[in-house]
Amino acid sequence: MLPEPVPAPVTPTRYSSQKGEGHGASTRLASFADGLGLSNDAVALPSVAEIWSWLAEVPDPEIPVISLVDLGIIRDVAWDGDVLEVTVTPTYSGCPATTVINFDIDRHLRERGIGKLRLKRQLSPAWTTVWISAEGRAKLSAYGIAPPNEATVSCAGALQPRDVACPRCGSAKTERVSQFGSTPCKAHFRCTECLEPFDYFKSI
Amino acid sequence: MSTAAAASPDVAEFALRMGDTCLILGHRNAEWCGHSPALEEDIALANTALDLIGQTQLWLGLTAEAQGKGRTADDLAYLRDSSGYRNLLLVEQPNGDFGRTIMRQFLFDAWHLPMLKVLAGSKDRRIAEIAEKVSKEVTYHLERSSDLVVRLGDGNSESHARMQAALDFLWPYTGEMFLGDAVDEALSSTGIAPAPGSLRPAWNEKVARTLADATLKAPESSYAQKGGRSGVHSEHLGLILAEMQFLQRAYPGANW
Repeated sequence: MLPEPVPAPVTPTRYSSQKGEGHGASTRLASFADGLGLSNDAVALPSVAEIWSWLAEVPDPEIPVISLVDLGIIRDVAWDGDVLEVTVTPTYSGCPATTVINFDIDRHLRERGIGKLRLKRQLSPAWTTVWISAEGRAKLSAYGIAPPNEATVSCAGALQPRDVACPRCGSAKTERVSQFGSTPCKAHFRCTECLEPFDYFKSI
Repeated sequence: MSTAAAASPDVAEFALRMGDTCLILGHRNAEWCGHSPALEEDIALANTALDLIGQTQLWLGLTAEAQGKGRTADDLAYLRDSSGYRNLLLVEQPNGDFGRTIMRQFLFDAWHLPMLKVLAGSKDRRIAEIAEKVSKEVTYHLERSSDLVVRLGDGNSESHARMQAALDFLWPYTGEMFLGDAVDEALSSTGIAPAPGSLRPAWNEKVARTLADATLKAPESSYAQKGGRSGVHSEHLGLILAEMQFLQRAYPGANW
């Protein structure tokens, strides 16, 4: 699972502060780094781009073929001094996966050595399926879930997508069985050509 | 946000009303889990319940924050008696048959969505953010409940009769949604929440159109049962709370 060597214990952090304010803390960190055989120069906070790549390894707990980054719920990653702040937006208010997602982010980043981490919930702008990446859409389709049809998202027909293709046979001859499927984010469809039932990821 | 501090007790009360209404309706819908007439409806009711309970967490979380007494949304849900609850009487009414449950959902959704649309422009940023988020989910609720009201009302004689009976039973509980008090007045004058009466035209229009499609007839009476906002509830709420709160009351602080 881990491409890197097992990281150091997470408290105190093995990364020193980029801003470097507070000499006491720096000294403690320096001696800690020395204990690990690292010089103070060798340790820097991982870049934001690196953190994004780590987050892209965290699967959605309900639909594990796509990552949290594919899903578009990670809204920001930023360093506040030596504290990493990850901004996450919920998909649906009541989605039970939200708690698990926060837990997974926390665990995954701590395994990568991030000791000081703050998760921030952001409600606005509200999550929309427009934020699901092209890669995420392809993965959903390959997994058997028809990706959201954004063509109708902003018009009155948003709730009745017209062109949902069967993720199995590709036929456009499909019909909605129920507006709610196995999770709040999905509707239940049926292909009238190959007769297979399938999930459709609703536009929201 | 400088104005929000002064308005906090009213904001706390408003969020409490929204949260309690979502919680009790969510609980009522959840009672259907495993009992619905069709698997798809079972799933849909459970999903709707899930949305409502998620929305409850947002609203009661705001109440807790605006009260500033160190309480949590869970404390508010599990550790208040019925006289402390501020939900609409409509949502605590027993489920009855599937038709009544769907009719209750429709009458509520037709109010809920216009309310959220106005709240999305609230001067209180926290309220506006919750409303923006939640209105997306509620759009789906209203689409489903109005669709089912039409299909059952304009179905066969049995389903029609049941939907008409449901409407007659629930009608007196709808007026409460449009009654205002001093809290509403304070919030509407500061642009934080709409005056309840201002939501009436949108609701009337949606309900009239849907009932016409469903071949159902709204009762003539405009008598409104009221009391939910002042903590005067029907006997049904106590029974809901007895079930919902049992664990936290019997084993305070239980966690898993």
